[in-house]
Amino acid sequence: MLTKRIIACLDVRGGRVVKGIQFVDIIDAGDPAELAHRHAAAGADEIVLLDITATHEGRGTLIDTVKRTAAALFVPFTVGGGIRSAEDAAAVFDAGADKVSINSSAIARPELIGEIGGSFGAQAVIVAIDARRGTLGVEDAEVYVSGGRKPTGLRVVDWAREAEQRGAGEILLTSMNTDGMRNGFDCELTARVSEAVQIPVIASGGAGSAAHFAEVFARGKADAALAASIFHFGVTDSRELKAELQRAGVSVRLPC
Amino acid sequence: MIAVIDYKAGNLTSVVKALNYLGAETTITQDPDLIRTASKIVLPGVGHFRSTDLLNKLGITEAVRGAITKGSLFLGVCVGLQWLFEGSTEAPETPGLGHFKGLCERFPAHYEGAELKSPHVGWNSLDSIRPDSRLLRGVPPGGFVYYTHSWRAPILSATASVTKYGGPFTGVVEQDNVMGVQFHPEKSSATGLQVLKNFVEL
Repeated sequence: MLTKRIIACLDVRGGRVVKGIQFVDIIDAGDPAELAHRHAAAGADEIVLLDITATHEGRGTLIDTVKRTAAALFVPFTVGGGIRSAEDAAAVFDAGADKVSINSSAIARPELIGEIGGSFGAQAVIVAIDARRGTLGVEDAEVYVSGGRKPTGLRVVDWAREAEQRGAGEILLTSMNTDGMRNGFDCELTARVSEAVQIPVIASGGAGSAAHFAEVFARGKADAALAASIFHFGVTDSRELKAELQRAGVSVRLPC
Repeated sequence: MIAVIDYKAGNLTSVVKALNYLGAETTITQDPDLIRTASKIVLPGVGHFRSTDLLNKLGITEAVRGAITKGSLFLGVCVGLQWLFEGSTEAPETPGLGHFKGLCERFPAHYEGAELKSPHVGWNSLDSIRPDSRLLRGVPPGGFVYYTHSWRAPILSATASVTKYGGPFTGVVEQDNVMGVQFHPEKSSATGLQVLKNFVEL
C-alpha cells in the first residue's frame, strides 16, 4: 500500500538552516547536512532543502551545501531556490539532488517546467506554490512569489492545473496563512488543489502535531505533508510522529 | 567492477554513489566492448522510455544481450527494468530488450471506482516476495521502497515481488542472472541498500 509521506524541510539561508514565522522573523536551526541525516535516520520519507533567499537576492543555489547534504543520504532529496533555467537544474542534479522545486521562476517563465521535465523527467520537477487566501477564502486564494513578497494575481487552482499540464510531477502547496503557526495545515485549500490535479500534492505550512498531519491526509486529501520547525526544535521527530499516525490509522512507513 | 551504463536518462549520480558507498567499484560507460566483457552491469534511469533509443544507437542493446547470454549479472533500475520487457506504450516505436515478455503500460486513471493519481510517487511495500530471490535476500515481507513512475511492468513468472497501486504490478523481476527493480534502491533507505548490497555481493 502506498503510504503517506512525511517530508522534512530545511529552509537554508547563508548555508545555515533557518526557520521563519509567516515568512518573516528568522531564527537559526542548524547545519543542513547534519539535520538532513538526522531526519532521514528518524524516518523522514524525504528531505527538501530550500534556499529561501536565493530568488530574492538574485544568487544561485548553494551547490556546495547540496553536495555536502546529498552525500550518503539515501532518501529522495529535493532542492529549491534560485533555479531559473534547465542549466541551473542540471547543476543541482549533478550535486546530488533527485528533484528540483521551482516557484517564482516557473511563474516568470512557465516553459521552464517542461524544459526541466524534458531533460530529467516529470518526476524530477516539483512546482511549489505559495498561496494566500483572500476575502473569499479558498476560491480566490492567490499565488505569491519571491518568498511570499509579491502577489501575482493568479488563482492557486488555475496555476496548479497549468503546472500539471506543463509537466510538473508534484505540487508543493504552502499556505502563507498557516505557515509557521503550528495550528494545523490549510486542509480546505489543500483538498481543493488535490482534487483539481491528478499529480501528488504535498501540503505545507502549519504543522504542529500528529493530529494536524492526520487531518491534512484525510480531510485535506494530501499525498504528503511537509514540516520544518516541529522537527528542528525537538518538539517531535518522524519516528514519534509516524508511530502516532499509525495509531490514528494513517498508512505510513515506519523507520527500521 | 560494475559497469554502469550512461545513456543520458536522468541522473546516474545517486545510483553510483550508493554502489560506491557499499564498497563496489564502478565504471560509468557507453562503450559496448566494455559492457560485453563486464561481469556485472547496472542500467539505471528515470524519465521517458524513449531515452532507451540511445542504447540501440550505441550498440549497447546487442552488447547487453551478449553479456547476459554469457552469464553476466544484470540489474535494471526503474526505466532499466522496463527496458527488459518488449517495450512500453510510453514510446511504442522504441523496442525494449525483450528479455521478458509483455509491454509496460500506464497506470489507469481510475481503479475500483476511484480516481488514481499518477505518477505513483512514494514509499510502497514489496509484497509476495519469491523465497528464492537472490536480489531480495534479507528484505522483510512488506518492506518499504521508494517509487516514482507512471508506467509499470506486467506480472509474469519471473516476477520476484509485486507492489500494489491500481492493482498489482512487477516491483522486482529476477530470472537467473537478469534482474530489475521498478523502485529506486538508491533512494530506499536501508531496504534499498540491502537490495544493492545483495547485487554487489552476487
